[in-house]
Amino acid sequence: MMVTQVAQSAVTVALVGNPNTGKSTVFNALCGMNQRVGNYPGVTVEKKLGRFEFEQQAYQLIDLPGTYSLAPKSPDEIVALKVLLGLQPDVATPDVIVCIVDANNLERNLFLVSQITDLGIPVVLALNMIDVAKNNDVVILAEPLSRRLDVPIVEIQANRKKGLDELKRAISEAHTGQRPVVGHQFPDAVESEIDRIREAVDPLGNNPRSRFLAQRLLLDGGGLIQLITGPDAALLDQVNQSRQSLSQQNIQLTAVESISRYQNIQRLIHGVVKHPAQRSTSLTDRLDWMLTHKLWGSLAFFLLMMIIFQAIFSWAEPVMNFVDGSVSVLGEQVAAGMPPGALRSLLVNGVIAGVGSVIIFLPQIFILFLFIGILEDCGYMARAAYLMDKLMSRVGLSGKSFIPLLSSFACAIPGIMATRVIENHRDRLITMLLAPLMSCSARLPIYILLIAAFVPNLAFGWFGLQAMVMLAMYLVGVLVAIPVAWILRKTLLTGETPPFVMELPEYKFPSITTVMRRTWEQGMAFLRRAGTVIFAVAIVVWALSYFPHPPGVESSIRDRYAGSNAGPVDKQVEDVIGREVASAYLQQSLLARMGRIIEPAVRPLGWDWKVASAVIASFPAREVVVGTLGVLYSVGEDADEGSTTLREKLRSATWNGTDRKVFNLPVALGLMVFFALCAQCVSTLVVMAKETGGYRWPVFTFVYMTTLAYLGALVTYQVGMMFM
Amino acid sequence: MTLDDLSLGQRAKVLEIAGDDSITARIMEMGLTPGCETCLIGTAPLGDPIEIQVRNYRLSLRKSEAARISIELID
Repeated sequence: MMVTQVAQSAVTVALVGNPNTGKSTVFNALCGMNQRVGNYPGVTVEKKLGRFEFEQQAYQLIDLPGTYSLAPKSPDEIVALKVLLGLQPDVATPDVIVCIVDANNLERNLFLVSQITDLGIPVVLALNMIDVAKNNDVVILAEPLSRRLDVPIVEIQANRKKGLDELKRAISEAHTGQRPVVGHQFPDAVESEIDRIREAVDPLGNNPRSRFLAQRLLLDGGGLIQLITGPDAALLDQVNQSRQSLSQQNIQLTAVESISRYQNIQRLIHGVVKHPAQRSTSLTDRLDWMLTHKLWGSLAFFLLMMIIFQAIFSWAEPVMNFVDGSVSVLGEQVAAGMPPGALRSLLVNGVIAGVGSVIIFLPQIFILFLFIGILEDCGYMARAAYLMDKLMSRVGLSGKSFIPLLSSFACAIPGIMATRVIENHRDRLITMLLAPLMSCSARLPIYILLIAAFVPNLAFGWFGLQAMVMLAMYLVGVLVAIPVAWILRKTLLTGETPPFVMELPEYKFPSITTVMRRTWEQGMAFLRRAGTVIFAVAIVVWALSYFPHPPGVESSIRDRYAGSNAGPVDKQVEDVIGREVASAYLQQSLLARMGRIIEPAVRPLGWDWKVASAVIASFPAREVVVGTLGVLYSVGEDADEGSTTLREKLRSATWNGTDRKVFNLPVALGLMVFFALCAQCVSTLVVMAKETGGYRWPVFTFVYMTTLAYLGALVTYQVGMMFM
Repeated sequence: MTLDDLSLGQRAKVLEIAGDDSITARIMEMGLTPGCETCLIGTAPLGDPIEIQVRNYRLSLRKSEAARISIELID
């Protein structure tokens, strides 16, 4: 009861600000543990809500995505605008808006503040990082500035938790105080058109935010704002008329807002904000000299990327092995305590293995986001994009795509999640579509098994042939990604190149709590959003490989052994029987039937139905193909890529009823190329669905990658056979 | 001359930003408006983008974007 009472009377406070102003740190400092992260319905924009209490009054805090301007360009910014206008149905209209402003960078930060104050909602300005500003000899006379802006100003240091009580008090006073009066910002011609649109928006004049809405309708090109108001022919007519009339007066709409607002800002800060005339060389200057230097900067970047890559690739491995080990131990324990049958198999090979296949990704997600969190919070992330932009622009992307794609070499899932740093929707989508082409660590067992079994261990000087084949597999994905990116840009995802205009923030020591919290949130978001679907697919594939399960299959094998060897069966024979039974059941399962059905289609790749079945079974995760081949060739489920028996079995496998070998070098190379290019990873596709808000793009990815994989394997095999 | 012609350490005043699209809008929102002062403080190792100082902060932009911005030198 208490909770609902508080919720009804809570004051809603929206937190807005430019990126790099320490907004999340303020949010965490105000709310502590009282926060939760969700999603706005229908869009993949993070919804962060928190609460705090001040003098017996409850406050609900909404942390809006960081933005430089309210002119909406991305889904994030549309949501932010909708929340501020009270049009977002699942959150209350803000009673107070807190603008977080970087004290070092007041002039540009005030641009957003001036847009916010036009809303007519009480605003509190929180001047963050005031200590850094003092160190940089920036003088801000807060009181006269506050009077000129007609907005209360509070000086805070969110990372030291200083000034928070004063901020809370200012919020409380702003809420109970008078509504601010919205002044004019623009030349008279523009203001009169805003008035005309306002009458069309709100003929009765009872919407306090209609002036603001009219402003945005007039000023924002691109038509995104129409998404907010919905189709209204009369209103759109008025907007077009106003725009035309202004362009006849030679007023450029793209420029008028920025020019007017920055002119006002310069008047506002004149004499009350002073920067040192001669910029002293700051820490950021010295760090930047090195970190963006032609030689040292490139070296530092290269070294850092090596460390990140190494971390996701090998530091995660012991944890992943531990997860893997725990899952199989748990499976054995459960199996030992239960009679054999469908239920045991469901629990062990379906449920436990399915849960394992979800949490196995957590170590890599945590490690990557720990690094990304640190790099973002300390200010290096923008430098990384700055350094890599030229290279990435060759494929039509920007420097911001580099780290997500690099991470995808370890695992595409954290890679796809990391694309959230890319604001441009299309760049982000292309990066997500390319991410699964990067050879991830799950492909490694397949490469290792097939290379060890079929590629001769020859050496050319320093280079071993086996290592070169491995390198070639990594290159295949990259080389295919380049034309794919180009074709996507020319066909499905056309449009103008997005601006790269990007702030290079001051370096600062990263906030440990902010970084840890963000890392934790990413891991939980993965479990919450993708976990259930990945689990469900694992169960479906288990069912396909288990059913039908007639008891006759096992008994006939046991009869055969009992006939040849009367008396007690020893452990070794029991193992052989167990493997043959597993193999026999799998060979008549639905999965194997599917394999037999598609065999004609994959015969040109040199595959038999067993390979086809193993490939189908690997849909939940690529590495499963190794274990499935193990069972099909009755080596046992525990076969791994290092197993010599599995290698031998593969080498000696023959086509049904003949002595023609299934596997040779071209088949093995083709199979590797197939796995290098295919999208056999349901987790990647599910995460992509969650990030793109639907199954359209994952289906597209699966189709295009499977087609490429098939063609790649076909060409490899057919060309290879010419040399056999 | 345009902003991409600036050499390291040179200061300039922005005269005009050509174009009427989202790139121009973004450049202006970030504070590069006619009349403001700027200074080239660096170039990325591969020669593009460039790093400038404007309104007391650091901004990076591509040379193709800088080429829209006409400037005059300040001595």
